[in-house]
Amino acid sequence: MSVVIDHRSRNQAEQPSRPKRDPAPSRLKYRLERMWLTPLYRRLVRVGLPAFLIAMTAGLWLADEGRRAALSEGLAGLVERVQNREAFQVTMMTIEGASPAVDKALRGMLPVDLPASSFDIDLAALRLQVLQLDAVESIDLRIKPGGILSATVTERQPALLWRHARGIDMLDKSGHRVASVTSRDVRPNLPLIAGDGADLVTQEALALIDAAGPILPRLRGLVRKGERRWDVILDKGQMIMLPAEGAVTALEAAIALDHAQDMLGRDISVVDLRDPSRPIVRLGLDARNTLRTARGMLPLGPDGKVIEERKGG
Amino acid sequence: MAELYQTQRAMRNMRRAALQRGVIGILDIGTSKIACMVLKFDGTGTFRETDGVGPMAGQANFRVIGAASTRSRGVRRGEIDTMAETERAIRTVVAAAQKLAGVRVDHVIACMSGGRPASYGLNGEITLQSGKVTEHDVASVMAACDTPDFGRGREVLHAQPVNFAVDNRSGLGDPRDHAGNRLACDMHVLTIDGDLIGNLVQCIRRCDLELAGIASAGYASARASLVEDEQELGSACIDFGGGGTSVSIFVKKHMIFADHVRIGGNLVTQDLAQGLRVSLPVAERLKTLNGGVEATGRDDREMIEVGGDTGDWEADRRTVSRADVIGVMRPRVEEILENVRQVLDAAGFDHMPSQQIVLTGGGSQIPGLDGLATRILGPNIRCGRPLRIDGLAHQLTDPSFSSAVGLALFAAHPQDEWWDFEMPADAYPARSLKRAYRWFRNNW
Repeated sequence: MSVVIDHRSRNQAEQPSRPKRDPAPSRLKYRLERMWLTPLYRRLVRVGLPAFLIAMTAGLWLADEGRRAALSEGLAGLVERVQNREAFQVTMMTIEGASPAVDKALRGMLPVDLPASSFDIDLAALRLQVLQLDAVESIDLRIKPGGILSATVTERQPALLWRHARGIDMLDKSGHRVASVTSRDVRPNLPLIAGDGADLVTQEALALIDAAGPILPRLRGLVRKGERRWDVILDKGQMIMLPAEGAVTALEAAIALDHAQDMLGRDISVVDLRDPSRPIVRLGLDARNTLRTARGMLPLGPDGKVIEERKGG
Repeated sequence: MAELYQTQRAMRNMRRAALQRGVIGILDIGTSKIACMVLKFDGTGTFRETDGVGPMAGQANFRVIGAASTRSRGVRRGEIDTMAETERAIRTVVAAAQKLAGVRVDHVIACMSGGRPASYGLNGEITLQSGKVTEHDVASVMAACDTPDFGRGREVLHAQPVNFAVDNRSGLGDPRDHAGNRLACDMHVLTIDGDLIGNLVQCIRRCDLELAGIASAGYASARASLVEDEQELGSACIDFGGGGTSVSIFVKKHMIFADHVRIGGNLVTQDLAQGLRVSLPVAERLKTLNGGVEATGRDDREMIEVGGDTGDWEADRRTVSRADVIGVMRPRVEEILENVRQVLDAAGFDHMPSQQIVLTGGGSQIPGLDGLATRILGPNIRCGRPLRIDGLAHQLTDPSFSSAVGLALFAAHPQDEWWDFEMPADAYPARSLKRAYRWFRNNW
């Protein structure tokens, strides 16, 4: 049995006669490398191709009706699960500053039954809806931590009663309707105004009522005439006709006359101040008859048998 | 020459197109290595003052974004010998440089050293009709240069106007708008073998590249390694390459002479291999690591293990002293320098105002070469390294890359050549529409 001893050096023994590798890239590899370095191609492969594959896969997957429905259902379920979490639940509603009627209306307006998810309550829409109530001037709606829907209501304060063809309304200072009342006696403490367009000038009406000071106990109301000027109606059928401009000044002038000469205590039915430079008074029936009698003329009844020339209307 | 004019113009247009795209490749095909650089042009000079390279004489509008070099294959004495091998080497180096640069190179400017370059000084003279030198007068004076018979199959590589003279005023760089009656021009023409250019074009085509320019390696390395003053005052650049030694003489910033000595570093390696009985790679290693031309006493004691894997222990354990290596190298280097001396004498370098000689190329790294060259060539000798250009890696800045760097400068700022001027109208074929157009443009 013979053993062959390898006397060659290690390098030679281990290296089989392998051809030396050519460092040059092959033609194909060279061309592919150059193609890869082309910007358009590079962008196409790195962006276009993945995008196309993703779109294609998604499109093929979604082509089936059932899978599409399942997907949208799953998404909706996920959204619902998140929205119905305990942290988003609204359990109660607190209302501040509202009268019982408004409170009841407000609770009725809430679109969902409590407890509900806060995602189901559209606060902006609810606020606009509440603001359509005449009695509510402003409302501050918010969802407080702890699942409380808090509403802070500012109600309109009635300042006037307005009698018009369809009934009697309460108006606030700016002339906005607050509520209707069935009769004058419900709110005896509020001054009364009447006539078309009276609700548009409530500021002036309130100023006139303020200016009426001393004759306030006798004041029955204000009447808007021709949407232009005011008549002040007093008891005992007396009336002060005020001009369109400077009504408060004219009324103060009338009150001054009354104070100086007790004008309104006399038998005068109408004080006509429509032309402030020329105040006119109309005598009452008794006073006129007294004067006629003193002149030896027949007294006239209220229906007026003798046609008198009227001075001023 | 009209055909040559057209091809060179086409190459200039391609170079312009490449600059427009901003990327151009540089291919220096040498006998021992092939270098490729990828240049990025930005046109406006944004690349400034980076890593200590300031704006150098307007060469700052490009930077090297990828560079690679590889061992040359299939090239002998600066000429393509085996086309397929050279093509593979070009593919290797271009792929590596592209990979570094990250961009695709489509246009390359190439240089080669071989092809028996021959330089001619031509002169021409015309009478100025308008009493003033116009643009097309310059073109026609260059066309009026009387061309000698270059020989069969010779192609013009460079045709540069070196000097213009108007009447008695000579030494004009730019004669346009000078008043005078007579315009004369001196032109330097460098011709090389047409087959060489054909082979080069073929190799580059097969690598899917377009040739956007071609230059002589001697010219390119002189542009990189001669400083501006040397180019202006007159100097010779000697590029010691593997397959040959290029000599180019510059004065007034123009090349006025170029030649090629067909002995280079490869012959030194071959001498070492024959003289010391070692393989060529070992001889190359001995030359680069332990080579020299001046032996000292210490070199006798410095023994170098030659090594080898012949399997013969005695042969593999041989040592040679460094003095032996120098003793083999020195006569061959002396021979190269003697040949260079002959070339310089033939060119009349002795009559130049300044006789600065710059040694560059891979062979110039032999220690002590400048001392030997001083004895043979003349007193003013220095070893030149290429100009620093932006973005070039440090290992590519040694003298062996001076022709690649010069080619980059050539790509950025080519000197005016004959084909940069419009051809005079009468050089177009008769009845040509272009000729009519030119006639109108020149006369109205």
